[in-house]
Amino acid sequence: MKTHLLVWLSLMLLLGLTVVAWQYHLGFLMALAIAVTKAALVIAFFMHLRKESPLTKFVAGAVLFWLLILFGFTLADYFSRLGF
Amino acid sequence: MKDYLYEDVSLKSWLLTTDHKRIGILFLLTITFFFIIGGVAATLMRMELATAPGDLVSADVYNRLFTLHGTVMVWLFLIPSIPATLGNFLLPLMIGAKDLAFPRLNLLSWYVFLFGGLLTLWSIIIGGVDTGWTFYTPYSTTYTNSHVIMMAAGIFIVGFSSIFSGLNFIVTVHSLRAPEMTWTRLPLFVWTLYATSLIMVLATPILSVTLVLIAAERLFGVGIFDPALGGDPLLFQHLFWFYSHPAVYIMILPGMGVISEILPCFARRPIFGYKFIAGSSLAIAVFGFLVWGHHMFAAGQSLYAGLVFSFLSFLVAVPSGIKVFSWTATLYKGSIRFDTPMLYALGFMGLFTIGGLTGLFLATLAVDVHLTDTFFVVAHFHFIMVGGMLMAYLGGLHFWWPKMTGKLYPETLGRISAVLIFLGFNGTFLPQFILGYLGMPRRYYAYPEQFEFLNVISSAGAVLLALGYALPLAYFTWSLIKGRPAGADPWNAAGLEWKVSSPPPHHNFETIPVVEQPYRYPRPGHE
Ligand SMILES: [Cu+2]
Repeated sequence: MKTHLLVWLSLMLLLGLTVVAWQYHLGFLMALAIAVTKAALVIAFFMHLRKESPLTKFVAGAVLFWLLILFGFTLADYFSRLGF
Repeated sequence: MKDYLYEDVSLKSWLLTTDHKRIGILFLLTITFFFIIGGVAATLMRMELATAPGDLVSADVYNRLFTLHGTVMVWLFLIPSIPATLGNFLLPLMIGAKDLAFPRLNLLSWYVFLFGGLLTLWSIIIGGVDTGWTFYTPYSTTYTNSHVIMMAAGIFIVGFSSIFSGLNFIVTVHSLRAPEMTWTRLPLFVWTLYATSLIMVLATPILSVTLVLIAAERLFGVGIFDPALGGDPLLFQHLFWFYSHPAVYIMILPGMGVISEILPCFARRPIFGYKFIAGSSLAIAVFGFLVWGHHMFAAGQSLYAGLVFSFLSFLVAVPSGIKVFSWTATLYKGSIRFDTPMLYALGFMGLFTIGGLTGLFLATLAVDVHLTDTFFVVAHFHFIMVGGMLMAYLGGLHFWWPKMTGKLYPETLGRISAVLIFLGFNGTFLPQFILGYLGMPRRYYAYPEQFEFLNVISSAGAVLLALGYALPLAYFTWSLIKGRPAGADPWNAAGLEWKVSSPPPHHNFETIPVVEQPYRYPRPGHE
């Protein structure tokens, strides 16, 4: 219960940070970093991946890796399109 | 004790069943219905193309026909074909389980499929879609006024059926194997279903999201793919092929599994290279995700990305090669019987190999510039999908028909159908390689005079092919009523599914079955 409350508080804090980052134009990457942190907290604690079996963790990791493949190759095309 | 077919014969007991075997039968009936619809569209197209001028249908109708044919055949027939029918029926039997891990999810998967399929059909009835099954942007989002959103919604819903089945299969293989059924004793068909399920679960959500993005751009003008709105049309192709290339392996991998079951049985030899075949299935599932850009060489993708995707596409042919060589080695010194399933399996080996090798032509950057969007591509993927997958599906259907129904089909007619399909298939699609090489583009309803001769051969081949498909439809139905009883093991085959009676009882196994090494041929004590 206590950890859940702490996580919730840090999520609220991060939400505030999102607003601040937007107001001071800290940019797209900053917003993305905050969002990823939030998602990680939710997955680890609220969806209690932290306490799951290694197989479940492996599956969660694999899915993220798959997303990385999709984004990686697509962006590799996008950023090298003008170069050649 | 009554078998699963006669335990309760009321319609309600079928519509509310959670028996994996009955759900397999429900899928079988449903996809046969969709196959006929897709086949009618193909027949109309081949009739139009039998003569050079566009005279039978208008260009607009032709566009709708090939979209209908592609969409129905890919999503409503090929994707569910083997996994949802034979896979559903056989997976628990093969691993010594009483059912799948989530029987009700399995039933839901069928209802979702049916609903999505009927929605897709509805979009066709109210006027159809003319984008091709690939829904390329910006045409699909900005220009066409056909029923893209309706069809996309249908495909979106059908996707959930795939995801449900995939999840169900993965959990079943992990948790419901009989105590002695270790991973290295799993039938190779189960290995391929497992690999297929991984792809279904990992790739299908990307397709779903992509279809939602199309709807978002069409309905609300969100700029994702349309350059005028700040989008990138190629982004669509990236997302689409991230699903659709692995989807090729959703379609072919279970077929490879079926072949790995049939060949040892009719060569009376243990499968050659069990671990290599199992491992190469997983390798295909993983590396199949790294090659999607080979569909975009001529679409404006960067040369750098093209080089990488071309190289990786060559690599992904290796695991398929491992399988073909292992199958060939399985036949070596076997005592081969040419029963119907074996004829289909041998047809698969030849046609799949041609399909795979012509894929390498297309994976070569410079050659692809010449061949892209021609009939060469059409011939290539039909060799994989029809020559490969459909042959395997029919081979598997003949192999396990006695198990599923308890009845034998007429063997001579079976062999005639296999030969007819093989000849008809080659008649239809071999000329298309030449046509494509000579420069005839795909998706046109009229063409110059000099292509007419080869097109006539192709259309004539399609007539044979259609006859070949009609034949099993007829004698399978006939065998339900008049077929001789099959007995538990008509092929004298290895594998747990042959240890139970045909048709199997409701809960498959009365006691926990004893598991032996896989593919123990020749059968000990029998020959
Ligand atoms: Cu591909």
